[in-house]
Amino acid sequence: MTNGPRHARWVRVTHAIATVSVLALVFSGFVILMAHPRLYWGNAGNDLTKPLIELPVSRNYKHGGWEGDARTYDIFNQNGWGRSLHFLAAWLFVIPGLLYAVFGLSEGHFRTNFWPGGRSHYGATQKHVYTIVVFIFAPLTVASGLGMSPAITAAWPFLLRVFGGYQTARTIHFVIFASFVIFVVVHVAMVARSGFVRQTRGMTW
Amino acid sequence: MVITRRRAIVTGFASLGALIAVKYPKQLPPTYGSVLRMGDNLTYAAQRALLPGQSLVKEYTLADITPFPAVGTVKLPPNVVADWKLTVEGRVAKPQTFSVADLKRLPSRTQITRHTCEEGWTAIGQWTGVPLAALLDSVGMLPSARFVVFHTYDDGIDSIDMLDALHPQTILAYGMNGGDIPVQHGAPLRLRVEQQMGYKSLKFVQRIVVSDEFDDGGKKGPWQNGWAWYTGI
Repeated sequence: MTNGPRHARWVRVTHAIATVSVLALVFSGFVILMAHPRLYWGNAGNDLTKPLIELPVSRNYKHGGWEGDARTYDIFNQNGWGRSLHFLAAWLFVIPGLLYAVFGLSEGHFRTNFWPGGRSHYGATQKHVYTIVVFIFAPLTVASGLGMSPAITAAWPFLLRVFGGYQTARTIHFVIFASFVIFVVVHVAMVARSGFVRQTRGMTW
Repeated sequence: MVITRRRAIVTGFASLGALIAVKYPKQLPPTYGSVLRMGDNLTYAAQRALLPGQSLVKEYTLADITPFPAVGTVKLPPNVVADWKLTVEGRVAKPQTFSVADLKRLPSRTQITRHTCEEGWTAIGQWTGVPLAALLDSVGMLPSARFVVFHTYDDGIDSIDMLDALHPQTILAYGMNGGDIPVQHGAPLRLRVEQQMGYKSLKFVQRIVVSDEFDDGGKKGPWQNGWAWYTGI
């Protein structure tokens, strides 16, 4: 097998960590969603209020097990490990992500590969998509995630204000999750189409 | 030494790590050998190191109050609620048992806050109760105390650190939405820890033990179902 061009080492390392963390975040995030597959707008939303949408992703979907305001239905809930895995993976996303952003700016990586007219051979759409994922999706998913933390929003209330409430932040967090999943599927499909082995070697070792 | 850009970046991140390491809480929850609990501890330490302590959570208005689901609740006979006693003991100068009427004679605080359930739902309610700080003060908490442990009627145990225990919005509530707390919401006494997830706000609190040492209740605490002890996120 011939050795094609490689990405810089810091790109390969942060990409590998991002792959692991995003897989763990998507998986644990979905498990967390299954416990309460209803989305709302504003500060408060629960089974006794009207949702924007209810997703049929677990047996909790429209379970209807209520006596007055007391729940009688034994819901699916794996958030014990689900939440802890999510936040552990979030550390793996945030710290290497910050390093990636700082190195990307200082090494001209974004100028070359992301900005329109950059030197790299990437297509214009590809550059736009990478820009959106790295500079919009990633910060927005972290900010909306932190916007759901009671301790962090107590210290930094703007995180709650910019989203207009906890449930709005949660709904935005979900929309980014869904967009991210679509991105990953298309990204992998494009890698496969343009030479899976060569591309994967270029991004790994 | 030449200060390269890369070296400056690495130094910046290392300093942030060092800050967390230096301000690490003196006592951390046991990890029980679980990598997930190690992650929880990192989150706990980072929040304690990086966030200003005891910021107030957002308080809402009466118009914001919403229906409030009651989950994880038990049926309580009315006479049990009527004869309720709360014992405060451990590292205090004057261990004492209180009736609900006794507690109502202590300073009170009313707050309209958002309950954030780990399941994903939220509800806004008004809570009235005695600030835990005032209660601990009335029994003469000793300066060596680091944690406050709560025991409930339904055999639950959980604890919070002193920063959360002395937080102005941490109250032992006896009132909800202007009346007594209904049974399904934790009558007659429930904890409100507003800067953590809902499950830290234990219902049916019967005994409070002030401790110098970390105590999460072991198998009766959050660990029994694999739940994190600190849930500020």
